[in-house]
Parts: sequence; structure tokens; C-alpha cells
Amino acid sequence: MATTEVVGGARTPAPEKPTRRRLDLRERPQLWLVPAVFVVVVLAWEYGTELFSVDEYVLPRPSQIFDALGRQLGDGLFWSHLWVTSREALLGFLIGVGAAVLLGTFISQVKVVEATLMPYIVAFQTVPKVALAPLFVLWFGFGLTSKVVMAAVISFFPMLVNVIEGLRAADADRIQMLTVFGAGRAQIFRMVRLPTALPFIFAGLDIGIVFAILGAVVGEFIGAKEGLGYLLLQTNYNFDISGMFAVLVVLSVMGLVAHFVIRLLQRRLAFWAEDTRVIGA
Amino acid sequence: MAIKAMGRRTRPPAAEVSEGTWIEVAALDKRYQPRRSAPTQALVDINLTVRRGEFISVVGPSGCGKTTLLKILAGLSPKSAGTVRIAGREVTKPLPEVGMVFQAPTLLPWRTIFDNVMVPAEIQKLDPARHRERAQQLLDMVGLTGFERKYPHELSGGMQQRAGICRALVHDPAVLLMDEPFGALDAMTREYMNVELLRIWRESGQTVVLVTHSIPEAVFLSDRVVVLSQRPGRIAEIVPIDLERPRDLGVMSSDRAGVYVDRIRAHFNAASVID
Ligand SMILES: Nc1ncnc2c1ncn2[C@@H]1O[C@H](COP(=O)(O)OP(=O)(O)OP(=O)(O)O)[C@@H](O)[C@H]1O
Ligand SMILES: [Mg+2]
Repeated sequence: MATTEVVGGARTPAPEKPTRRRLDLRERPQLWLVPAVFVVVVLAWEYGTELFSVDEYVLPRPSQIFDALGRQLGDGLFWSHLWVTSREALLGFLIGVGAAVLLGTFISQVKVVEATLMPYIVAFQTVPKVALAPLFVLWFGFGLTSKVVMAAVISFFPMLVNVIEGLRAADADRIQMLTVFGAGRAQIFRMVRLPTALPFIFAGLDIGIVFAILGAVVGEFIGAKEGLGYLLLQTNYNFDISGMFAVLVVLSVMGLVAHFVIRLLQRRLAFWAEDTRVIGA
Repeated sequence: MAIKAMGRRTRPPAAEVSEGTWIEVAALDKRYQPRRSAPTQALVDINLTVRRGEFISVVGPSGCGKTTLLKILAGLSPKSAGTVRIAGREVTKPLPEVGMVFQAPTLLPWRTIFDNVMVPAEIQKLDPARHRERAQQLLDMVGLTGFERKYPHELSGGMQQRAGICRALVHDPAVLLMDEPFGALDAMTREYMNVELLRIWRESGQTVVLVTHSIPEAVFLSDRVVVLSQRPGRIAEIVPIDLERPRDLGVMSSDRAGVYVDRIRAHFNAASVID
């Protein structure tokens, strides 16, 4: 049969794609552009502030911030502040995100629940959650609980919206395909709905973790005796502006690390989705 | 390379074929009634009985209701009127003995090609070891050896479609519904797949309903060709193809095959539809 050769041609194993992206500076100019921008900005900031003799109480120079950062990192007390905020944010994140996954799944699977709860969810979404912080401190005190609640509430909504949207996004043709082969509701959920929702869920996690840190810090602003938010206020009162910037740097790094951990998990678990559609709070 | 049927059925002897009505469509009407637009009459008064083990092709102009007919047979789409039975059972929901190849490959992007092919076996909780072996045989047959661990986006459209064909066959369904399964393939692979499909069909005794745009393909494969008219689809003619089996591609250059092709094509020329 003449045609076997044609099909036979496809039988050689497909060439392996390189699994690691090469560190090719021509193909990925951002590898040097990103650090270059950083260096330029820091240098401009450093010498610009000197040139125009900007007061260090208004805008400290990077070198001063760097010194302040060094001072803080050498101080055991600073690490305990960092630990407090991380714990609040992480606990709140887990609670908020966990509750959102449960409720979101329930809502997306049961029509009556969706119809009943959606108006309330939309209404609550428009409430600026940060404005609830004084209330939470009043209710739950100056300790850990009020910050965890704040972090949970603020990370809950973006996650909820993403879970509901993601579980709804399943392609009708794929569901039909599974139906023909005899799949029931539970199998369709596991084989199509959940995988389809995964990129959405990661988008929710990504916003959620940053919001949880924000929630914890805002909670500490309102009333706390420890944590990075408390430290921010302390440095501010003491006119230690470089110290304040140093805390801001640490907070940014926290957010960045969390973001990269989630991206890493996403690459592993939702590898087929190139980019996620992020739905804001 | 040869793939065997799993031995659940053998092709019934000729006497039994003539009595054994396997698919029964009577006075079938289908009207789509979208919520916000005018209704579409897709099928009108379709009457068709398919014997067990028969190979039927459906041809007709684009939009005449071929996919609609298959979806009703598959239990995916409700009919508006009439009866549809498979193996004596009224079709109201998908039946486990039916396998389907869709017009688009519809693979799951988070599964490897192999795991995509295994989907029906997994859903129906069939013996994994046996069906893994069968999945591999099917993939070998369609020329996808070496691509088992790839993901769908790493394959061409035609390769994805071939994987979809393997998926429809993995649980050895008694009834195979195929919606333009070879549309995305080049002419040579298409001919090869036609020959392979005939061999699988001969060995397994499946009842096949195949939708195609290619009249020669329909003639080459089928026992009977159902010609649908332009939308709304009615049966214009059912053409029995009396060419001896087993067939090879050589049969297509015979005069008799040519007569069948011309006769079917005449329907479309009369309606001045170039398909
Ligand atoms: N879900 C639907 N809702 C409304 N109308 C539909 C729907 N599906 C199909 N139709 C209409 O029914 C008619 C038949 O469609 P169908 O998909 O069965 O055609 P087809 O013969 O398979 O065409 P093609 O050869 O292009 O695949 C078309 O006019 C189409 O617009
Ligand atoms: Mg179609």
C-alpha cells in the first residue's frame, strides 16, 4: 500500500523540545534590560536627590535606605515583626481562599444558591473592605485575630469571583464529548470543569496573596503592638524615613516571593494555560 | 499493526444482518428554537433503518443537518418529533455502546494524547490494562506512535483528529458515529485511514454512521449512502452501494463505482449546490 509510507513518516519520535529555556540574551533581552533599568533608576535617585539636595526626611537616598535595611535585618526584633505579619497574612490568605473555593464551588454547582447569593456577593464586593479594619479591631482586639480576619475578607472576594467564573468557563463541546462517552456530573466536574477553572484559581491566588499582605498591614495600622504595619507607623513617628522605606522594601519582597511561588505552582499544575485572565476584586 | 476487535461481537452472518435492525429512525423532525432568534428547521421527516453491522454514509450540502442527525443519534440533542431507537432502546440520553468522532477533535489540553484516547475507558471504568493495550494499538494504527506523551497543542490538526478517532474506538463501541472524521487529513492519509477503517469495521462488526463531504469516500466505504437535501434536510435518496467486499482502493477506478458517484453527485448538481 503506497500510503503506508506517508503515515509511516509520522512514526519517527517527535523531536524533543528543549525543556529549559536558554539564557540567550538576544532572544530574551529582558534578562539584562530589567536589571539595567533598576541600576539606572537607583543611580538617578541617588545622585538626583544629592544634586537637588532633597531633604532626607522627604525622600531618603537609596544608600541610606540600604543602610537602614541592613540595620533592621541585623535586629532580632525586626524579624519578629516580619514573622508576625507573615503569619497573619498567610493564615488570612488560607482561610479566605479556602472559604472562597468552597463557596464558589457550591454556588457554581447549585443554581438556587447562585440565584440567592449572587446579589449579596455583588453588594459586598462594592464595600471597600479596607474600611472595615477599624470594625474588626473593635470586634477582635489588637492581636492576631483581627488582622487574620481582615486578610481573609480582603483575599476572599477576588478568589470567589475567579472560582465561580472558572467553574463556569468549561467548553460546551468538551462537556458534550464527555457526555457521549457516558460521563455523569461528577466525572464532568473532575475531568473538564476543574481543570478549566485551574488557571482562574491561580489568578485568584495571585491577587489573593498580595491582598492578604495588604489586609494584615492595614489591620496593624489601625491597632497593633507588633508587625510590619506597626513598624511602619513607628518609623514614621520617629522621622526614620529611611527605616520606613526599608520596611516598604521588605513588604514588596514578601509580595514578590509569594507571587513567584504561586507562578511556579501554576506552571507545574496548569501548564497548558499560557496566560491567565485575571479578574480583579 | 493490525488491531483486533476485543471479541465481544463477531460480524453477524448475512441472514442475521437482514433481520437485525440496529438503528431505527422514524418520522424524525428537528427544529432548533434559539431563545432570542428565529427557529431553524434542520431536519424534516427522516426515515432510516440501519441493520446491525451496516456501514452507512450521510452526504449533503453544508448546513443541511448532518451533524444534527448524528447528535440526535448520540443522545446529545433532543428531537422535535419522531422516534429514534438504537438496539431496541429509545435514545433519550447517550448510550454506552455508542462511540463518536466529532467534527472538531475536541481533545482535552491538559491530558496527553494517550490519556485523551483513554477517556471513554476511564469514564466507563473498563479494565485499564486491556484498554491501555488497545489504545496503544489504535495509536500505532493511525500513525501516532511516539506521540503518546505529547499534549494536543503539540500536534497538527490532522494528528489531533486521528487521536479523536482512536478515542471513539477505544471502548470498542457497537455503534460508531463519525462526523467528517477525515476532513482535516491530506488525501493520502485519508485514503489510508479509509482502508484502515474498513478493516476495523470488518473485524469488529460495528454499525457505522459516517458523515462526509466526499462522495467518492462515501461510495468506497458504505453499504448505503444517505443523500440529504439542502436545509431543511430531507432524505433525497438512499443509494445502495453494491460493490463486493472486502474492497480496496482499486475498486474506485471501476465503472460501477463511477456510476454511483455520478448518481449521488447529480442530486447536488440538480440543486445547483457545489459541495
Ligand atoms: N445549536 C443550534 N442552535 C440553532 N441552530 C443550529 C444549532 N446547531 C445547528 N443549527 C442549525 O441547523 C442547521 C444544520 O446544522 P448542522 O450543524 O447539522 O449542519 P451540517 O450538515 O453538519 O453542516 P456542515 O456540513 O457545515 O457541518 C444549520 O442551519 C445550523 O444553523
Ligand atoms: Mg456538521
